[in-house]
Amino acid sequence: MTGFLERLFASLFWSAVIKVVFVFVFLLVVVLLLVWIERKLVADMQNRLGPMRAGPFGVLQTVADGLKLFIKESVIPAKVELGVYLAAPVLAMVPAFLIFLVIPIRGPITIGGTEVTMQGMDLNVGVLYILAMSSLAVYAIVLAGWSSGSKYPLLGGVRATAQMISYEAAMGLSLVPVVLFASHQIGAGSIGMGTMSLSKIVELQSGSFRDLFTIGDTVVGVPGWFVFWLIPSFIIFMIAAVAEANRAPFDLVEAETEIVGGFHTEYSGIRFALFFLAEYINMFNLSAIAVTLFFGGWLGPTFPGVLPGFLPALMPIFWFMLKTFVLLFGFIWLRATLPRLRYDQLMDLGWKRLIPASIAWLVLFTVVTAWKAWGVPWS
Amino acid sequence: MSNPPDIVTGELEATGVERPPAGALEERELWLSGTEAAAGMGRWTGEGPQEMAPGDAGIALAGQMGSLVDDDYIGEERVPTGAETQIINMGPQHPATHGVLRLNLELDGETIRRVKPVIGYLHTGMEKTAETLTYAQGSTNVTRMDYLSPFHNELAFSLAVEQLLGVEMPPRAKAIRILMTELNRIASHLVWVATQGMDVGALSMMLYGFRDREPILDFFEKTTGLRMNHNYIRPGGVAADLPDGWEEDVAGILAGVPKGLADYETLLTENPIFLDRTQGVGVITPAECKALGVTGANARAAGVAWDLRKAFPYSGIEEYDFEVPTGIHGDVYDRYLVRMAEMRQSLRIVAQAAERMPPGDYRTDDRKVTPPPRARLDQSMEALIHHFKIFTEGFKVPEGEVYQAVESPRGELGMYLVSAGGSKPWRLHVRAPSFANVQALPVMLADSLIADTIATLASLDPVLGDVDR
Repeated sequence: MTGFLERLFASLFWSAVIKVVFVFVFLLVVVLLLVWIERKLVADMQNRLGPMRAGPFGVLQTVADGLKLFIKESVIPAKVELGVYLAAPVLAMVPAFLIFLVIPIRGPITIGGTEVTMQGMDLNVGVLYILAMSSLAVYAIVLAGWSSGSKYPLLGGVRATAQMISYEAAMGLSLVPVVLFASHQIGAGSIGMGTMSLSKIVELQSGSFRDLFTIGDTVVGVPGWFVFWLIPSFIIFMIAAVAEANRAPFDLVEAETEIVGGFHTEYSGIRFALFFLAEYINMFNLSAIAVTLFFGGWLGPTFPGVLPGFLPALMPIFWFMLKTFVLLFGFIWLRATLPRLRYDQLMDLGWKRLIPASIAWLVLFTVVTAWKAWGVPWS
Repeated sequence: MSNPPDIVTGELEATGVERPPAGALEERELWLSGTEAAAGMGRWTGEGPQEMAPGDAGIALAGQMGSLVDDDYIGEERVPTGAETQIINMGPQHPATHGVLRLNLELDGETIRRVKPVIGYLHTGMEKTAETLTYAQGSTNVTRMDYLSPFHNELAFSLAVEQLLGVEMPPRAKAIRILMTELNRIASHLVWVATQGMDVGALSMMLYGFRDREPILDFFEKTTGLRMNHNYIRPGGVAADLPDGWEEDVAGILAGVPKGLADYETLLTENPIFLDRTQGVGVITPAECKALGVTGANARAAGVAWDLRKAFPYSGIEEYDFEVPTGIHGDVYDRYLVRMAEMRQSLRIVAQAAERMPPGDYRTDDRKVTPPPRARLDQSMEALIHHFKIFTEGFKVPEGEVYQAVESPRGELGMYLVSAGGSKPWRLHVRAPSFANVQALPVMLADSLIADTIATLASLDPVLGDVDR
């Protein structure tokens, strides 16, 4: 048996297939849970019960809803641009899955002598890849809006174009200090070769400022997460992430009380379900990226001597999921609390505040880093 | 009453929010707001029954923006603006049009150039129906018009009939009417704050507003048997006395609603996003309010200190101590502040009414209007005859006509009643506040964005049952 697994993971092709299937199933399960958690949390904040009927505490509600959407007729309006209209939902979903391929849910493990990375592909340009893929997702919304042949989706598509482009810029700029900081860590004082690989960035965050106490063999201390040095980057990234995921208070693209359903007004059945799926996967992806870049990804105490059996091996995945869901709670909390921004105010926030702020922070950070590495230029 | 008394106005409780004084806000251009010339206003409503024709607003706009120069030197150069705008239907089935209001919008990108409200989707002919119902049945009919403030409809109708009859209400009936209508005002405003919050995107406000309204509706149900369409205030008094234990219920409401209001203030009053969405949005000036017949909180938010409870008091409301909050900017935010303050004032009135609730009968003892007690039927032939007449053909109202208005949560709700001497009205005309308020939409929405449309519409608080009747 071990020999079989060994050979399986030694083969690049089969290990890739396994990983892709795993990512697919993993994200679907996560979305099922996430939708249920969101509905329960929002219901709690609004003095409601939320779903209660399907399964214990309504856990199966999302499954039931998904099933309903699958078997429902998917109406195609008469005036659509058929090809684009049909492609848009797929175009929304595929990048969402692709992004998660590069996010490590724990460190590499060794199966029968082969080191297997716990991510689809450890790209050495992971950060760039993420930005590229999330830009692709914009096309889906814009095309969906423009191909529907209807006025409200058109408005949604126009809004999406402006919104996503402006927040993409802020998000990209906010990630530059992360990469710089990572290269600074590698070079240990001198700026040498940096890294954009997400698993390397996570590994650079291991260790701690200060050890507090030990449980078993585990040292517990203040962790060395990047967020402590890069708080401005983190804040800008999260604001941009909320806008990128089209979540309240930046959910202008599908603002129900204004433009009915925005880009997905004319979509029904399984095609609507794909958009819905993509939105929640994106939300999860963005939280996972934030955790990976700022909160040390899977890092956390594993308690090898304390916990029995294989549990210590699963602890990194637990920490990763816990951190991600804490950030997701923030997304949900925002949605239950805040009113929606207006179109022009959203653009103001993006272009006049976030982008200047991220540029200022980038310049400041670069100067300080260079100063620490090389000293003042006149010395 | 020929000389209305001076109106006591109260301070708005806009604590902690610094606002520029009125007028410092950017004055809107007049050309589309309707204040410049009556001709412009005629154009919005004079273009056919339903559809909005592609208009020349774009060309007029280009002229005023300076991009179209139309003078002797540069002949016939016209900017092709027609292709740049689109006409979009908002409603009658739209998530945020409060029922079945339909707005024809001419959009230039996301900017609204023209608005045409189209009404009539909820028209049920209630004014005509009223002519076939006796006066006793009349309040069953009118209570369905403005379904968020049924007591005010009933009160206006009852007061009008009583004025023609010339009967005076006993003090307890008056106090009960004030108690119920003011509670109704709070319930109505709570629905408004719920929908206003939801329409600017604060979804939780929806449920908070409805949560706090629930005890009030429970009290209504206990008193009248129904949560809405009560038919409780009738010509001649009210249908039944207050139920046992009403004091505790009212005390519970008086204690509970302020807590909810404090919650809303926390969530909205100083919330920067809410301020951005509401301040300077949907502005209407006092002059425009008067020209268009805008009343109620919408006019008061613009600084028109006009409240029928002070100006033409009814049902003994002049004996109560309360203030009329007014705004200065006339925008969505001031309407929000005014309504929040009004709820607190209504709570004051409710507290006073509950405190001084006089003993006595809850309906008039005029046997021509009120059926005699059951015991009297066995003793008196007169009583039997009155009872029989009232329940077969209804009581007769002397010939005459009367206009009676009350301050409903939406503004001046007037009933113009003409009696030909029979037991049914010859004509009932309703001056519906929502109807007049909705016609201010083209003025308020000139050159705003789609998102502002929704915020403004919600702040106007129209009830389509009231608009269409």
